[in-house]
Amino acid sequence: MHPVIQQLVARGPVVTDGAWGTELQARGLPVGEFPDAWNLTHPDRVADVAAAYVAAGSDVILTNTFGANRIRLAENGLAERVGEINQRGVEISRTAAGSKVAVFGAMGPTGKLLLSGEVSADDLQAAFAEQARALVDAGADALVIETMSDLEEAKLAVASAQTTGLPIVACMVFDSGANQDRTMMGATPEQVADALTAAGADVIGANCGQGIAGFAAICRRLTAATARPVWIKANAGLPELVNGRAIYRTRPEDFARHVPELIRAGASFIGGCCGTNPAFVRAIVQAARDHTTSSHHEGDR
Amino acid sequence: MADLKALYEAILNGDAKIAHSLTEQALQDGADPITLVDEFMIPAMNEVGRRFESNEYFVPELLISARAMKGALELVRPLLLARGAKPLGKVAVGTVKGDLHDIGKNLVAALLEGGGFEVIDLGVNVSPEKFIAAVNEKGAHIVALSALLTTTMPAMKTTIEALKQAGVREKVKVLIGGAPITQKYAEEIGADGYAENAVGAVGAARESLGLGAK
Repeated sequence: MHPVIQQLVARGPVVTDGAWGTELQARGLPVGEFPDAWNLTHPDRVADVAAAYVAAGSDVILTNTFGANRIRLAENGLAERVGEINQRGVEISRTAAGSKVAVFGAMGPTGKLLLSGEVSADDLQAAFAEQARALVDAGADALVIETMSDLEEAKLAVASAQTTGLPIVACMVFDSGANQDRTMMGATPEQVADALTAAGADVIGANCGQGIAGFAAICRRLTAATARPVWIKANAGLPELVNGRAIYRTRPEDFARHVPELIRAGASFIGGCCGTNPAFVRAIVQAARDHTTSSHHEGDR
Repeated sequence: MADLKALYEAILNGDAKIAHSLTEQALQDGADPITLVDEFMIPAMNEVGRRFESNEYFVPELLISARAMKGALELVRPLLLARGAKPLGKVAVGTVKGDLHDIGKNLVAALLEGGGFEVIDLGVNVSPEKFIAAVNEKGAHIVALSALLTTTMPAMKTTIEALKQAGVREKVKVLIGGAPITQKYAEEIGADGYAENAVGAVGAARESLGLGAK
């Protein structure tokens, strides 16, 4: 196990952060606007999100760089600012994190489908390698490849990020198939765990998806299929559109109720995705603490 | 005579090369193009759709089958046209303004092409003006709007209003789809049709033009 990861998981379940996009929207990011650009234009608001997660008790926070690869930045007219946006993203999170909280650099998908031929494997690899390098140069403690729906793209991202020597978290979205336990491209948790372990990811997981209720089963299957620690970041259910605004129905206490089951299912890292906020993180921290205490008592008997 | 059951299998399995060469050979051997399409190719795509909807097939299988179908159809289409068969129709597909997601839109485009429609791909972040131009200048019979985000869904409503303003709403059918879209939303904003996924989009397109299921 990578020493950075080992040190974190040795203390018990690690609480990560919640959503960034929806939190930035709560701080004035217009709907439909590209969040990562705010690292340059509104660093104070981005810093506010980072600080809110640190204050809520996150052991690990991410960076506002989910879409900051060259392919997605190009769609927003920012292709030449890959280095800058990633660097500022890490700096903002690092300032909020201080010395006790780790900063994991976020890397999302390119939004292009390899299979359709619109991008090549080389294009993807170059884009991920460039972003990974920028995050590492800015001082990230680890890299998180997240919200992947194509295992091939995830593998390319892991291979590209690996050249940096930092620990790599790789996680995918399971929201397809009759039981919502497949990726969009049809991969099962077992196939994902096998492939990402072989690709060299240090932590393997699931994020986003259909809301937290389905995550324990996927977590169990990932845990059974790999020796690597498992990372879970569920969203606050699927949003409903009310008067043009996305409303997430899951409440922090509903979310936190699933935490003990996730820990029993083998999750080493727990946090939230779209629609979650610092109140969710506080609830997860409390639930994880209660669980640890009660299992110690059981151990005493 | 080429093995037409094998043509069905090739499309079902997404083997574009075999589908292409079998179609070519069948036509050389004098097979009736309408029989090829109606009895082998379309049933193969229908089976692909059925497998997708029953979770036996996923996006990769869907895409490669649609590609095999498209390749085979391209060989047959000129013969059908020469016989006076009317093309099914032109569909302008695009992801609405403010939304840059193109995977869902591309799947719909591939399936529509596989279903025999002519597709005009307007790309992502498509303004209402571009949809209007596709109707006025390119003669689109259908505009198909895609959105992945709850935050960009409202651009569908704006686009439909712009089509009305431009006086072309009556000339074109509007179909909508994407992860957050529902039938209810389609009715609310006055779209002509909605499909839950790319397979359903072909049926919705046929239905909107009064072509019936196939």
